[in-house]
Amino acid sequence: MTERVPILRIGEVLVVSIQFDLEDQTVLNLQEDLAEQIVARSARGVVIDITAVEIVDSFVGRMLATIADISRLLDVQTVVVGMRPAVAITLVELGLSLGGVSTALDLEKGLARLHRSFQSSDLA
Amino acid sequence: MVERDTAVDLVGLLSAEGRDLAAEWAQRAFGSLSGRMSLQVLERELQELYAALVEALRQGAREVHSEQMSEVRALLTELSRTRARQGFTPSETAVSIFALKRVLEPVLQDGSAEQIKAYVRLGLLLDELGLFTIEAYTQTREEIIMVQSEQLMELSTPVVKLWDGVIAVPIVGTLDSARTQIVMESLLQALVDTGSEQAIIDITGVPAIDTQVAQHLLKTIVAVRLMGAECTVSGIRPQIAQTIVALGIDFGDITTKATLADALRLALKRSGVDLVAQTGGRR
Repeated sequence: MTERVPILRIGEVLVVSIQFDLEDQTVLNLQEDLAEQIVARSARGVVIDITAVEIVDSFVGRMLATIADISRLLDVQTVVVGMRPAVAITLVELGLSLGGVSTALDLEKGLARLHRSFQSSDLA
Repeated sequence: MVERDTAVDLVGLLSAEGRDLAAEWAQRAFGSLSGRMSLQVLERELQELYAALVEALRQGAREVHSEQMSEVRALLTELSRTRARQGFTPSETAVSIFALKRVLEPVLQDGSAEQIKAYVRLGLLLDELGLFTIEAYTQTREEIIMVQSEQLMELSTPVVKLWDGVIAVPIVGTLDSARTQIVMESLLQALVDTGSEQAIIDITGVPAIDTQVAQHLLKTIVAVRLMGAECTVSGIRPQIAQTIVALGIDFGDITTKATLADALRLALKRSGVDLVAQTGGRR
């Protein structure tokens, strides 16, 4: 049984905090769980906190992009927060710029960004 | 067996009775240094070297890089290093090693055939020793240059905080991959440390830009974005702008500004700070 990443809910936002280095199977489980949870809890935003992740490979990089794509289809915004400098450098060296994913420095700023965009879309 | 004999010959040559060869050596070498070093110091150095050399030969050392020569090598390195620091040229250092040959020259006139053979062998060995001092000299230089370039690297990539939440890196000099790495690391770390969401890369001090430099710049900007901050490039001089366009480098959706002041104003606006000029204030 591989570990599953817990998905927490704060208001309209789902928070995924990844606390260990990811195995491929865990990543696939996460994608599945998250898609289900978004629909079940009618969330509007997802924050993925990777503060504790020290090692990334192209698979994890792609996972972040895939989650963002899945979320967008479900009309949910994804923000990746807390990326470490070393991780950012690795991703750049791997040639992954995570085009469709928005990022923020920490959880607080990520939540603030989501709330701002909720407000602007409410007004529209 | 032959090896043993030559060793004995060389030692015999170097321990000619009735002569203090080390002192004569020092005297000779002193002449070539034109009084820039005291005779006592020189004598002490060469005495030490002489003793080590005789000992190494007695143990059967054949060439500079053999195991028995390690003591001699250490002394030569030290000698070459101190001389370099005192401002002697490497050839002057080498010449003072070669001076030993001159000291032993009389052997060529009234020595036996064996002794002359030994002299030639010793001559070859001394040549190697001389070259070794030059090698050591170059190596010392190389080390100094490396340390300096490292220091320069650290000096030239400071990250400065311009405002709450706004940091900048003024880049001075060319961007190569090693420097990009350092700029990237220190900039990203500063983003984390200060919690800044606005970064400005100022390239006023970059003399020229080519596709490779641009590539490095783009990498840094992408990394900053991945961290969740926004990045502005400022200080693009007219010629640089022309070069960038001529080279067909695509900066895409990266914000660029002509001056650091413009970039700062934009960064402040993005982070929600309003600048208000007071009426009657001097400008």
